[in-house]
Amino acid sequence: MSDTIKFTIDGKECTGKKGQLLVDAAAENGVYIPVLCHWKDVKPAGSCRICTVKVNNRYVTACTLPIDENCGDVENNTPELQDIRKAIVEMLFVEGNHFCPACEKSGDCDLQALGYKYQMMVPRFPYAFERRELDAKSPKIFLEKNRCIFCKRCIRMIKDEKGRSYFAFKGRGKHLEISMDEKLAANISDELAQEAMDICPVGAILKKEVGFINPIGKRKYDNEPIGSDIEKSK
Amino acid sequence: MSKPIIATASLAGCFGCHMSLLDIDDRILKLIELVEFNKSPIDDIKTFTKQCDIGLIEGGCCNTENIEVLKEFRKHCKILISVGECAIMGGLPAMRNGIPVKECLDEAYLDGPTVGENKEKIMPNDEELPIITDKVYPLHEIVKVDYYLPGCPPSADLLWEALVALVTGKELEIPYELIKFD
Ligand code: SF4
Ligand code: SF4
Ligand code: FES
Repeated sequence: MSDTIKFTIDGKECTGKKGQLLVDAAAENGVYIPVLCHWKDVKPAGSCRICTVKVNNRYVTACTLPIDENCGDVENNTPELQDIRKAIVEMLFVEGNHFCPACEKSGDCDLQALGYKYQMMVPRFPYAFERRELDAKSPKIFLEKNRCIFCKRCIRMIKDEKGRSYFAFKGRGKHLEISMDEKLAANISDELAQEAMDICPVGAILKKEVGFINPIGKRKYDNEPIGSDIEKSK
Repeated sequence: MSKPIIATASLAGCFGCHMSLLDIDDRILKLIELVEFNKSPIDDIKTFTKQCDIGLIEGGCCNTENIEVLKEFRKHCKILISVGECAIMGGLPAMRNGIPVKECLDEAYLDGPTVGENKEKIMPNDEELPIITDKVYPLHEIVKVDYYLPGCPPSADLLWEALVALVTGKELEIPYELIKFD
């Protein structure tokens, strides 16, 4: 039995390997499904829900769904799903303090880029204006907790040689916040600090002394919407 | 047909959005052909002299005077537009949100490193001064706002395209590069 799976996304014929995550299979077929918490080949967290698609008329997260024969026609870019995703982006904006004009990640930020993609002019929800302390103790990293969207990428991916995470969540519910292990972060290498900044989809993890290094017009999402690279690949 | 009438104001903003409007350069001559200005820092008309079609407001609300002006705009303008990040989400002034007002005033007038001499510990409290609000409010949390033009500031091209579309009744097609939050 072949393990090649045939399915369609919004009518477009796609193929993938059985068991492959839908979001990755889609990307290989030139279909962009937005992600914030997903990172290829890292165990999925399924925490942000931005990759929500419809399979057999049910909502599922494309980053946690292994494809099989039953996928059928996946809905991805329907007005309904786009509005759901826009609402998620808006919720994330009001939940943190996202002052883009003063943010080092602006122009390179995935959350902001999704705001552009879905033409968010104003969030439909009231601003929370939460206040979480900034942690600047590490010599290499600023942790701006007000911008964290709780994707867990840093917790899952940034570890020392013994497998210990530099980052962890603290508190619950409304009080949940990202925190950094003080002792580990005191000695974090330049490379790992850079990697932490790069995998963070927003401007919560910032490497010190390199803020605003790319001029406006040359940043990742200045000229093309997020996902254009995937959509142009096929 | 008479020209559409525009009013503008800067509340808790930096006038950057107004500067961006001036950045439309020589298109301002075309704008004057298309519209008439009423209350606005651009022509220095201080009070509304008639009902307006479009109100452009930059800046959020950080004090009682801002709220008063905003409500006056809502009353006098058919269409009200939030221009720029501060109007839409409070912007940099809203960085004080979450800090008690007393702490902000203490920092500004008593304890801050740039305060200098203030031996009598004077806080501005003249009754002519507007009262500072508990936090900086986005405009749409106080009155109904019809449209939003994001950016810090929104680019001259975005302001131009939006205004022309609005006064000529054309559909607004915004190119990707023009919508920015910074
Ligand atoms: S993290 Fe992204 S969305 Fe948040 S302030 Fe920075 S650029 Fe804006
Ligand atoms: S700090 Fe960044 S990478 Fe870590 S959980 Fe928050 S948003 Fe995700
Ligand atoms: S990318 Fe799928 S839930 Fe976050």
